[in-house]
Amino acid sequence: MFDWIDNLSPQTQFVFFTLLKIACVLGPLLTLVAYAVLAERKVSALIQDRVGPNRVNLPLIGSLPVIGPFLTKLGFWHPLVDGVKSFIKEDFTPAHVRKIYFWLAPAISLVPAFLVVAVIPFGSTLGAQKMVIADLNVGILYTFGIVSLGVYGIVLAGYAANSKFPFLGGIRASAQMISYEIAMGMSVIPVFLVVGDLNLGKIIEHQAQNGWNAFPVFGGGFGLQQWLLVPCGVVSFVIFFISALAETNRLPFDMAESESELVSGYHTEYSSMKFGMFFIGEYANMFAGAAMMTTLFLGGWTLPFLGLDVAPADGEWWKGLLHIGIFMGKMLGFMFIFMWLRWMLPRFRYDQLMDLGWRRMIPLALANIILTAAVLALTNR
Amino acid sequence: MIVKRNELTWFERLYLPAIIGGLKVTTRHFLNTLTTKTPVTQQYPEEPTRVLPGYRGAPYLVRDQDGATKCVSCQLCEFICPPKAIRITPPGPTGKPADRTNAEKMPEEFEINMLRCIFCGLCQEVCPEEAIFLKSDFSLTGLARGEMVYNKEKLLALGGTHPGIQKWKHKLEEAKEQETFPVKV
Repeated sequence: MFDWIDNLSPQTQFVFFTLLKIACVLGPLLTLVAYAVLAERKVSALIQDRVGPNRVNLPLIGSLPVIGPFLTKLGFWHPLVDGVKSFIKEDFTPAHVRKIYFWLAPAISLVPAFLVVAVIPFGSTLGAQKMVIADLNVGILYTFGIVSLGVYGIVLAGYAANSKFPFLGGIRASAQMISYEIAMGMSVIPVFLVVGDLNLGKIIEHQAQNGWNAFPVFGGGFGLQQWLLVPCGVVSFVIFFISALAETNRLPFDMAESESELVSGYHTEYSSMKFGMFFIGEYANMFAGAAMMTTLFLGGWTLPFLGLDVAPADGEWWKGLLHIGIFMGKMLGFMFIFMWLRWMLPRFRYDQLMDLGWRRMIPLALANIILTAAVLALTNR
Repeated sequence: MIVKRNELTWFERLYLPAIIGGLKVTTRHFLNTLTTKTPVTQQYPEEPTRVLPGYRGAPYLVRDQDGATKCVSCQLCEFICPPKAIRITPPGPTGKPADRTNAEKMPEEFEINMLRCIFCGLCQEVCPEEAIFLKSDFSLTGLARGEMVYNKEKLLALGGTHPGIQKWKHKLEEAKEQETFPVKV
């Protein structure tokens, strides 16, 4: 049935499978983004002793005996309705905006979030195919390059709107994202010192053998070096996590939006699907950040028991699917923590935010690099 | 008053105890709501909501104990209405006589534009005949602006009767109380 694939030339095969993988990643990612919004609303509701969305009922499925009411109560159809709503709402362009940038900004904020996903290994292998869209050997550099593009969408939106609150939101976002990018970049250097490779697939392999970077004890041996590297791993993980919160503009770092001061920040003037694109971009960024943390610090698609830490042999396709499931589980766990943290920490003041970034995190990250290097040099790898 | 601000200890300055405390609180609420299923939300259209006495809802006209119109078309409410939501058409010299005995007249037409109404209750307060009351209705809907202008017939139907409140009896009691006021304990 699939013989025709084997008859294609290697180049054509590569293009075919890459396109297939792109489709298989983008589709579920967009669905996940939609349902992340629902999850956010439900988690927020439960933390605040509320019920959350439970209204939408579809004509046919809603009349099924048990499943219909249950899905309605779960708010399962809300993302669908929200999506349709954003498309059929009036797409209003205020008269005072800078038109070109106003149209460009939502797209620019959306694209980088999806580009990051290209290098992340979301599973081991299925058949002969590696479960990563682009197996770059400078994966992490590419990621940081793309992630820093994300700020342009927000700054451009703030500038294009040509009114004061979006402008302030844009300024805050740019200052915040630029300063936290430095801390973020420095916090992963210890990981590279330990692993010795920039390819994300190699980083996962190393973690499968030597224990997760966030807590490198289980997995490989329990040597002196492993124990000495624990504080380094924990510190770099915590810095990366906080920076990821700041990069994705999540609370407690949502200075760019801060509803109480800036109406809704950089996307105040946007409506309809243009606003929807900012929204999708924000959640896709959260997913990208969660996937990066999973890959760099929590061993990606591996689990250190039941033989789940090696790529499956021929014919073990169920194991390949299980690896994808493990990766998704870890990523969704991070998403839940993002949502959880939101209702726990109040928003930082602008100067506190900059203070934390420049005077605490960056020196700490630098010290961590030196400490890791010293540990590695002394224990003589 | 000056609030004394204690210097934070080194441990507190890490903010970790505060963060862990916050995590505990949110986790407790999350699990409680998830397992015991007792959220504070009131499922409004399904569960009828409770309106407390004294609530200022939509203003309606009321009838007296005999089912007659109480309003005597004095137009005080029309004059005092801040958003000018009330419009009264008096009967004029040739109009229909009042259906209440003793009353001089009743309005030919009485309209309240519910889109304009701000539910302030001044009409109720100013009415010398106790003919208009702010009832407990709060969700007024209509498919067109015209539907939101309630006429006399509709207002009387929605208002119902108020036999218990009899203005002149109250006035008499008030007058008597004024006379005995300093003596009364």
